[in-house]
Amino acid sequence: MMTRTITAMAVALMATGTFAQAQDLVINGEIPITTRAPAPDFVPAFSEVISGWEFRSPETQQLETDDFENPGMLFVEAAREAFSEPLKEGGQSCADCHESPEALAGARAVYPKWDEEHGEVQTIEMQINECITERAGAEPWGYVSTEMDNMSALMSAVSRGMPVNVATDGPAHETWKQGEEMYYTRYGQLELSCANCHEDNYGNMIRADHLSQGQINGFPAYRLKNAKLNSVHDRFKGCIRDTRAQTFKPGSPEFVALELYVASRGNGLSVEGPSVRN
Amino acid sequence: MAENVTPRVRVPKSAKPGEDITIKTLISHPMESGQRKDKEGNTIPRSIINRFVATFNGETVIDVTMEPAISTNPYFEFVAKVPEAGTFEFTWYDDDGSVYTDKQDIAVG
Repeated sequence: MMTRTITAMAVALMATGTFAQAQDLVINGEIPITTRAPAPDFVPAFSEVISGWEFRSPETQQLETDDFENPGMLFVEAAREAFSEPLKEGGQSCADCHESPEALAGARAVYPKWDEEHGEVQTIEMQINECITERAGAEPWGYVSTEMDNMSALMSAVSRGMPVNVATDGPAHETWKQGEEMYYTRYGQLELSCANCHEDNYGNMIRADHLSQGQINGFPAYRLKNAKLNSVHDRFKGCIRDTRAQTFKPGSPEFVALELYVASRGNGLSVEGPSVRN
Repeated sequence: MAENVTPRVRVPKSAKPGEDITIKTLISHPMESGQRKDKEGNTIPRSIINRFVATFNGETVIDVTMEPAISTNPYFEFVAKVPEAGTFEFTWYDDDGSVYTDKQDIAVG
């Protein structure tokens, strides 16, 4: 009996030892970030959902604690300027409808969400482009483009610390189910599903990379390896490419569904973008 | 000509005499190395910040020569002793001849 208890303790220690935490994440000394939360009911594989921040080295983690040191904030600043610039010559700017970026605080936390008017689930990028084309009558931005990634980072930055809370029921449920199915579907020559790495093997190394749970609460993420912001769909594309499959396109209905499902797996974690990852 | 170059610095507002203070500086800059090629195969010309200087009341604190291997948005953090109240001035020199400056006052007491 005693032996069994000790074994159980050893297993517990090993499990948490993989990402031993010295401190909690607090940004600028004033925004506490929830990096561990109870897992939603529909994720039976986890008892806890864990932000990717917990899987990074102390040096990388520290970069996110101070906006001065977070290189992602440079892009947020660029978006702050773009916010009040006309979207086309003589046209409206974001600021004409939304007084300040802070007026949109909280938006990031509930996207992707169902859009009644268009009868589809929209990501925040799609919502931004809807504003640009339908309200301001300007040319849309590329789904993955500097302007879009910057603006999406600004939307995250003003919502930091708020819990991710995307709806999985109601009209969005069908899309959510599609995303769930994709999550567990094996793709590519390597026949890997999202779950094979991020559910079965999080905390383990895949060659030189430390696998996280694949949470997207920190997106867009500034990656040290390419020194720029990386959007969620860009990351999905990279993952699917790594399975040696033909990937879906950023902004495609497939990736929108997957984003909704993956975001919902992180319900309860804080919005953390722009995060710093390696 | 590099675009959107913005220097930023963080200096404590005040310090005790002789105290070591940490100064952080960052300038947004692409730091194009001159080694890369564009889609057509033409070399993208080098465009970097090649020198960074910090002074305190006119006296040099550090003077850094920068080379093309330094990554985008160069960040410097260093420690300085502040004997008296005064002004830190920071200067970045661009390959294209542009000079970017920033300054910050510090009180002592």
